[in-house]
Amino acid sequence: MTAVRCIDLCKTYRQGDQDIKALDHVTLDIGDGGFVCLSAPSGGGKTTLLNAIGGLDLPDSGEVWVAGERIDRLSKGELAERRLHNIGFVFQAYNLIPVLTAKENVEFVMQVQGVPAADRAAKSLAILDEVGLKGLEDRRPAEMSGGQQQRVAVARAIVSRPALVLADEPTANLDSKTADELMELFVLLNETHGTTFVIATHDKRVMAYAKRLIKMLDGRIVDDIAQGSS
Amino acid sequence: MDALKVILLLAWRNLWRNHRRTIIMVTAITTGAWAMIFMTALMRGMVNDMIRDGLRALPGHVQVHHPDYRSDPSVTNRLHVDVAEIDAAFAAAGIERYSVRVRVPAIISSERESRGVTLVGIDPRSERRIGAVGGDIVLGHDLEGPEDGGVIIGRSLADKLETEIGKRVVLMSQDPDNEVADRGFRVVGLFAANLAAQEEMFVFAGRETLQQMLGIPGQASEVAIVGDDYRDVAAVTAAVRRALGDEDEVLPWQELDEYLGTMLSVMDGFVLVWVVVIFLALSFGLVNTLVMAVFERVREIGLMLALGMRPSSILGQIIIESLLLLVLGLLIGNALAFLSVIPLSDGIDISIVAEGMEMFGAASTLYPELIMSDVIMANVVVLVLGFFASLSPAWRASRYEPVEAITKV
Repeated sequence: MTAVRCIDLCKTYRQGDQDIKALDHVTLDIGDGGFVCLSAPSGGGKTTLLNAIGGLDLPDSGEVWVAGERIDRLSKGELAERRLHNIGFVFQAYNLIPVLTAKENVEFVMQVQGVPAADRAAKSLAILDEVGLKGLEDRRPAEMSGGQQQRVAVARAIVSRPALVLADEPTANLDSKTADELMELFVLLNETHGTTFVIATHDKRVMAYAKRLIKMLDGRIVDDIAQGSS
Repeated sequence: MDALKVILLLAWRNLWRNHRRTIIMVTAITTGAWAMIFMTALMRGMVNDMIRDGLRALPGHVQVHHPDYRSDPSVTNRLHVDVAEIDAAFAAAGIERYSVRVRVPAIISSERESRGVTLVGIDPRSERRIGAVGGDIVLGHDLEGPEDGGVIIGRSLADKLETEIGKRVVLMSQDPDNEVADRGFRVVGLFAANLAAQEEMFVFAGRETLQQMLGIPGQASEVAIVGDDYRDVAAVTAAVRRALGDEDEVLPWQELDEYLGTMLSVMDGFVLVWVVVIFLALSFGLVNTLVMAVFERVREIGLMLALGMRPSSILGQIIIESLLLLVLGLLIGNALAFLSVIPLSDGIDISIVAEGMEMFGAASTLYPELIMSDVIMANVVVLVLGFFASLSPAWRASRYEPVEAITKV
């Protein structure tokens, strides 16, 4: 089964007088349980592709299919619904909600999904334990380190067991030890739960964890390499 | 339901992210709510006083007259029903607080002066039941019954006529055949009113004595009925109409005294304008606070949208933040207004401006009056307009593109 299918995606941004092709006829299939890294220099199109797959940004042309459903024609509300139930996001900056504690941040998505309170509490405590944040449940983002915040963001992304996790430079603000721990966590989740990961990065250590490495340049896929997982 | 809980939680916590801004805004709303309710209570007190005084001149929330009486208040335009029939009809209808009067234009003459007046023949016992002239007698005594041969005149009229208690005056009017009807009366009491014009206009005599003088035994020209609340006279008016039929004209005080009736309507409108004006001043602060709160959290709003929160939930969150601010301010403002009005229930002495106030028929002591409908209206206006004021920033927040918002620095 195909988790993600992109067909002939094009996206052009206007910057000053210049048109910049962020996606230039990108076609891509990612199977269920894939662990894929999108690698490109800055401006290469990896974040734009990730956003298109996540329904955060619409392509100018082409088709985006996620879990067998074409999503590029859905309304804003429908896209929000798909993101809520099917996709977990990890962003470069930690992007936690500052007024909520670690536990509340993790529960946020489930709460919007309508998961019962007891269920939410049990799942959020378990996932925080799993990402190594036991005892920090009641801390607010400002009271945690960068690594801890990113772990909370990962916990939030995976707690409702989405089929697909999209991560944009998830290790960019982490030291190497924390980055390794985070990637090992991703691998573990991929192997134990079959979660599909698509990670945009230009960090070679992150790429080393991928089963498949897709290289992009100027909005085009220039290389698609199958790798053995480390 | 859970989504609403998280929206409420976020809204409440976001309010306290910037304590200072929230406290300033709540203080402004509190002050506004207090000012709206307290000042409205003062204005209501003043207008109530003016209206009650106006109604006290010749009490009756509802009055019955011959259909032509108001354009020609002569004895010719008497009621179609006589006093006995009125008593029987009202007894059957359970109407107790009323007074039947003879009321005609007349000329009063002392040894020195003559003046045009309104001569009112009353039964002092029934007038007392509806809270009339007896309580305002400042010199002498009240009439003893409808057959009393004395008159009560205003203090100011006594001065003008250069007469006093115990002296005789002559009252002259017309009988139903347009013949002169006159009689000598002894002044037995002087009454006082807020307006000198009222003291000079009305002269009170015994109803039966006057009926005899005018040659209309058992007949009357006016019935005055008092209800529980001068604001709500529709039921009394309907009951009187049912009891007396259609031949005579039954009118509430607002139509009998259009000045007083209009004053109450103007007051109602003024209260609304006052509340809206205060709110408009508040709304600038409210909108500014909300816009700032939205601008500060563009990334966060983008994140929530990216995670799957619907734009409508973002809209709801900002509106709830605004409503929480308003509710908080209103609660404190209402409490302060009540606490300010209660200690003033014995009245505020405004005798320093009493002369000016008398011009409008108001007394020198002001009794603030909190009317629930005013309090509710002030709160509803603030909440409803506050809701609309918060729509713009809330709408703006809900329209953010998550991908742009989330990368905002």
